[in-house]
Amino acid sequence: MTTTARPPAPATRRANTAPAPTTKGRGRRALLYGFLIVMSLSWVFPLAWALFNSFRDYAYTSANGYVSFGGFTLDNYTRAWREGDFSRHFLNSVIITVPSVIVTLLLASMVAFVVARFSFKFNITLLIMFTAANLLPQQAMLTPLFKLYTSVQVPFWLSESGTLYNSYWSVIITHIAFQTGFCAFVLSNYMKTLPVELTEAALVDGAGVLRQYFQIILPLCRPALAALATLEVTWIYNDFFWAVAFMSRGDLYPVTSSLQNLRGQFFTDYNLLSAGSVMAALPTLIVFFVLQKQFVSGLTLGATKG
Amino acid sequence: MSTAQLPAVAAPPRGRPPKRRRSHRLSRRDRIILCVMAGIPAIVVLSLIWVPALVTVLLSFSSWDGFGPVTEATNVGLTNYTNVVTNYPPFSPALQHNLLWLGFFFLIPTPLGMLMAVLLDRDLKGSRVFQSAFFMPVVLSLALTGFIWQLIYSRDQGLLNAVLGLRGDRAIDWYGDSSVNLWAVLVAAAWKHTGYIMLLYLAGLKGVDSSLREAAAIDGASPARTFFSVVFPVMRPINIIVFVVTVIESLRAFDLVWVVNKGRNGLEVIGALVFSNIVGEGQRLGFGSALATIMLLISLVFIVIQLTTVLREDQP
Repeated sequence: MTTTARPPAPATRRANTAPAPTTKGRGRRALLYGFLIVMSLSWVFPLAWALFNSFRDYAYTSANGYVSFGGFTLDNYTRAWREGDFSRHFLNSVIITVPSVIVTLLLASMVAFVVARFSFKFNITLLIMFTAANLLPQQAMLTPLFKLYTSVQVPFWLSESGTLYNSYWSVIITHIAFQTGFCAFVLSNYMKTLPVELTEAALVDGAGVLRQYFQIILPLCRPALAALATLEVTWIYNDFFWAVAFMSRGDLYPVTSSLQNLRGQFFTDYNLLSAGSVMAALPTLIVFFVLQKQFVSGLTLGATKG
Repeated sequence: MSTAQLPAVAAPPRGRPPKRRRSHRLSRRDRIILCVMAGIPAIVVLSLIWVPALVTVLLSFSSWDGFGPVTEATNVGLTNYTNVVTNYPPFSPALQHNLLWLGFFFLIPTPLGMLMAVLLDRDLKGSRVFQSAFFMPVVLSLALTGFIWQLIYSRDQGLLNAVLGLRGDRAIDWYGDSSVNLWAVLVAAAWKHTGYIMLLYLAGLKGVDSSLREAAAIDGASPARTFFSVVFPVMRPINIIVFVVTVIESLRAFDLVWVVNKGRNGLEVIGALVFSNIVGEGQRLGFGSALATIMLLISLVFIVIQLTTVLREDQP
C-alpha cells in the first residue's frame, strides 16, 4: 500500500550510490562488483553446467573427463526425449496444469469478490480459512485424500482406473483446493484497492452482482490475474508431491514427477541426464526469461500486498 | 497497471459505513448469488483441505491399517505418538535433520538473500542482471534442483570430485554418503531459497520510506548502521513473513530428498517419513497420521503468526 503513495526520490537514490569519488569509494565499488560478479556466476553455474554437458557426447566426456571442451552433439536431446518419454509427460503436465490454473483463478476471484467488495460477517473467517489452507503441509491431508481417491468409484470414461486414484482428476482437484487460498488472498487485496464508486454506480444503474463481477471487477483485475496465472503455472508445473502421491502409473506423471523415474533410467549417462534436466526446466525458464515481471509481482503481491 | 493508481484518489473519504449500507441494499437474488460465489470455493477448500486435515488428526489416535472400513478402526489413544517417539528409529534423525535444515536456512541462505537484496536495491549498474542470476533457481522445481546438482555431486562423473581431485577410493558419493549427503542437499536447497528471500526483501525495501535513510545518512550513520537500526526494524512485516516462509520451507522439505534417495540413509526428514508410511509398502495409516499431525501442529503455530501479521496489516 505504501509503495503507491511514496513519490519517487531520485535525489536520495543518487546520494546513496554515488559517494564522493575518492579512491576509497572507488575501491569499495570495485570490491562490491567483484563480490556480485563472483556470486552471480556461481549461482548461474549449476544450470550452465547442465546446459554445457547436455550438448556433449558421452564417449567424449568419458574419455576426456567432464572438465574438458569438445565433443559437441545434439543426440542427447533426441535420445532423452525418446527414452524419457517426454512428449507424454509434457502432455500430462499440460492436462494437469491448464485446468488447475483456470479453475483456481475462477474460484479465487469469486471468493475475493465477495470478501473484498461486500461486508458480510463471515468475511474474515472465510479469508483466514482460505489463506491458511495454502500454508498447511501437504502431508497433513495425505491419508484421507489418498483413501478417498482410492475408494471413490467413477465411471470408466472419466478414469481408466475406475477410481480417482491413478487419474488426472485427483491431482487436478487437489491442486485447485490447495492453490485457491493463496490466489483468493492476493486477489482480495487487489480488489480492495479498486474504488467503491465503480460498483456503486453500477448498482444504481440496476446492475446485478454478477454483472459487477464479470464486467467491472474482473477486467480491472487483469494485471493481478496475469501475475497469478504465471505464478500458478510455474508452481503447479513444478509440483512433485501430488502426482507421486495419487498416481502409481508412471506414464500418467507430469514432467516434474517423472524425474523420479528418469533418474534410474539415465543413471549411467550424465549427458543424457543433463539434457533431460534442461528439457524439464525449459517451461519454467521461459517464464524466467519472458514473464519474469509477472512472476515476481505475483510472488511479492502475496507476501507484501503491494 | 493504471488501475493501481486509482485507490488513492477515491477511497479515503468513504470509509466503512457506506459499504455496510450497501450490502443491505442487495436484492434477495444478489444475496443468493454472492453466497453461491463464496460457497462453492469454500466447499472445495473445506472438503479437500480442512476436513482431511481434521481426519488426519482423528486417525492419529486409531490403529487403522487402511484395509477394512474406517469404522473398524479402534481408538488406541496416544499409542501411535509414543511409538513415534520411542519405537521408531528414523524419527529422531528426521527431527534432527529438519531442525538442522531450519538452522542452516536461518544462518546461510536467509541472511545471504537479505544481503543480496540490500546490495542490489540501489541504482547500481547491472543490478537487474545480478538480480536475475539469483532469481533464476527460484523458478525451478526442487525435484529438478536435486537433479541438476546430481551432475556436480556424482561420485564418478560429478564435477566436485573432479575439481577436488578425488578419484578411485577417495572419491566421495556426495548424495549417497550418509555423513555428507544432508549437507550436499542443503547447499542445493539454499541455492533456490536465497533467491526467494532476496525477492521478498527487494519488495520490502521498496516499501521503506527513503527519507528515513536520508535522515540517518545526514546524522552520519554508516550504511550498515542505517540498515540495522533504521531500515530493518521498519521492515517488520516482511521480516515476519520471511521467518515464517523459512520455517515452513524447512518443515516441508520433501521433494529434494525424495528424488535423491526417498529420504533414507542420512536424508530422513519428517515429510518423507509420513509419505512412506502412508503411500509406501507399509501402509500404517494411523502411525503415519500421527507423524503428519506433528507436522500439522508445528506449522499451525507459524501459520497463526503469519496470518496475524498480514491481516493486521490490512487494518488501516
